[in-house]
Amino acid sequence: MSEKNIANFSPELIAFIGEWKTKPGNLVMVLHKVQEEQGYISREAADQVAEMLDVPLAKIWGVITFYHFFKLNKPGKYNIQVCLGTACYLKGGQALVDELKSSINLDVGGLTEDGRFSLDAVRCLGCCGLAPVMTVGGEVYGKVTKAQVAGILEKYN
Amino acid sequence: MSTVHVKINGIPVEVEAGTSILLAAKKAGVRIPTLCYHPDLKPFGSCGMCIVKQEGSPKIMRACASPCDEGRSYITDDPELRKVRKEVLQLTLSTHPASCLTCIRNGQCELQNLATEFGIREQPFQPRVNFRAKKDTSSPSIVLDPVKCVKCGRCVQVCQDLQGVFALEFIGRGGDVAMAPAAMLQLDDSPCIKCGQCAAHCPVGAIYEKDDTGRFEAAVGDPDKVVVAEIAPSIRVGLSEEFGLPAGTVTTKKIYTALRRLGAKYVHDTNFGADLTIMEEGYELVHRLTKGGVLPQFTSCCPGWVNYAEEYYPDLLDNLSSAKSPMQMQGPMTKTYFAKNQKLDPSKIFLVAIMPCTAKKYEIIKDDTMKSSGFQDTDLVLTTRELARLIRQAGIDFANLPESEADDPLGEYSGAGTIFGATGGVMEAAIRTAYHAVTGKELEDVEVKAVRGLKEVKVGEVDMDGRKVRVAVVHGMANAKELLDEVRECKKAGKPAPYDFVEIMACRGGCVAGGGQPYGADDEIRAERAAGLYSDDEHCKIRRSHENPSIKKIYKEFLGEPLSEVSEKYLHTSYRQIPLYKA
Repeated sequence: MSEKNIANFSPELIAFIGEWKTKPGNLVMVLHKVQEEQGYISREAADQVAEMLDVPLAKIWGVITFYHFFKLNKPGKYNIQVCLGTACYLKGGQALVDELKSSINLDVGGLTEDGRFSLDAVRCLGCCGLAPVMTVGGEVYGKVTKAQVAGILEKYN
Repeated sequence: MSTVHVKINGIPVEVEAGTSILLAAKKAGVRIPTLCYHPDLKPFGSCGMCIVKQEGSPKIMRACASPCDEGRSYITDDPELRKVRKEVLQLTLSTHPASCLTCIRNGQCELQNLATEFGIREQPFQPRVNFRAKKDTSSPSIVLDPVKCVKCGRCVQVCQDLQGVFALEFIGRGGDVAMAPAAMLQLDDSPCIKCGQCAAHCPVGAIYEKDDTGRFEAAVGDPDKVVVAEIAPSIRVGLSEEFGLPAGTVTTKKIYTALRRLGAKYVHDTNFGADLTIMEEGYELVHRLTKGGVLPQFTSCCPGWVNYAEEYYPDLLDNLSSAKSPMQMQGPMTKTYFAKNQKLDPSKIFLVAIMPCTAKKYEIIKDDTMKSSGFQDTDLVLTTRELARLIRQAGIDFANLPESEADDPLGEYSGAGTIFGATGGVMEAAIRTAYHAVTGKELEDVEVKAVRGLKEVKVGEVDMDGRKVRVAVVHGMANAKELLDEVRECKKAGKPAPYDFVEIMACRGGCVAGGGQPYGADDEIRAERAAGLYSDDEHCKIRRSHENPSIKKIYKEFLGEPLSEVSEKYLHTSYRQIPLYKA
């Protein structure tokens, strides 16, 4: 690869992109792989993909803003998911989102200032019986109340 | 060519296989209402206005995107279709601010026209206008106002498919989608070449030219300023449509009068600058041909194309003619030669250029070579549409204006200058003069028909006394890619250039359908406007730039000869690579 590596792609990722370079439908595949490695699609990563695949940056931005799967912001050390699917929503999922905003100033899609937590709103985590559900760094917490949020976050440093 | 036979509301019509129901209906004399459809673009099917039914089926389909099936009968209007269309329209209106009275498109808006046609008197749906969306005023040429966007997608198609620029894209999805540059960037930081085709194709007031009419009025009202106005070749055939005259009507001398009534002390014609461009560019071509310069030479009068080259083909910048555009030749000549002859203080001259183009607004401030007179060479660019607004505001009855002449000498032009506004025109004008420069003889038949018309890429050969000059003409920015790649490959491989001289214009049809021209241009209107220019050429006694007496005079009295030191100082520029993304 002669391209400059402004986004610090690993040799594996670069090889993967090389392999997919000429295949139709490569953009989504490549972006998946980039997010898998880097946790999100940074501007640098998008620029790098644009150059390597010879795709306009605008096209890449169209794709990554179309699919909710792609993240444009760097995830925190611990990613929080709050479920806003039907059951969790009815049981107060939104209150958890509001609590995260008022207690640690964390928005959906955002990152705390210290980089510790990021927040995603998700549709279902597959355990509606525990509604409302949130996960922190992959650990699942069920029947969470607003008052419990601070205590849960304390466990993560 | 195979054909299919269908009926539209019972009217039999025969069309080429693959023709959409929409176009078949047009042929049958039936108009189907549309909002997102544009004849320049592939059907997109986003608005839902053009719905029709097939007889015997309750299914509703979009006429723009459905090809005719042999033997079918289509219904374009019945109470149900009308009801559905009205609801679709009301839904669109519920996302659109009802600020028509203060909108730049008031009276010229496709959505407003539909609301009028359908007699919309009430809004049954809860309004959900995204008033938080921010206006992007970063560009000196174009304003994006996403609040008014109806998500038809025309601008994105124009920017990507017609122009190959990829400044705009659908960002986000569903109701929140925005037509915007990548990475949340401002338009001025994007690859936008400022051609304004997005604005010319936008059905509503979501994309428009930066309105500089206020600066013109301020200059006219300033007793310390001498306002000088000039009009580009294509204005004389563009403006007419704004005042109800048929497309292509030549109104040159009415425009001169209108500009005087608006407060211009002197009125010039950029066609003179076009003749001057031909002299410099033509002689540059001869120089390259005979002295072994870089070939092909590309024309450089289209600022949209120049911006595109600086971003996408920096390795071909030495192929671009160093000659400035007609407007930017006219500027320094106004503030030096003309000012001196008229004993005017050039610092007091306020030069306003009426242009068919939004990129021209940027060109005048592009770099220091645009201040070659010691002042900003051109002070202000107004598009055809802005001029029309000024004329209306001043209460001028344009269609009934008396005619007047432009001021000498920067108002005298040849037929070669006037055809600059149509695709192929610069090439044709250059051939008329280059032939003379190469052979010492005059081209007998000045009309080079092979480079006229709307074919995307026109290729030919001109015999100049045994020397074959290979020429190509391209219009519509995306159409240039293949040719540019071919030139690039040859250059890289050290192979001989495939052409000698190439004319490139960013907008389809050339300046007659520039981004600042009256709305509604399609190929029919492009052809009519171009025909207007060619008839203006035919009516000119002098049809070769080098025979324009005022051109001869300015070389004798001021410039010396083409490519002289004085010419280089005022009439030539240079190019530099510009990054696609500036942030």
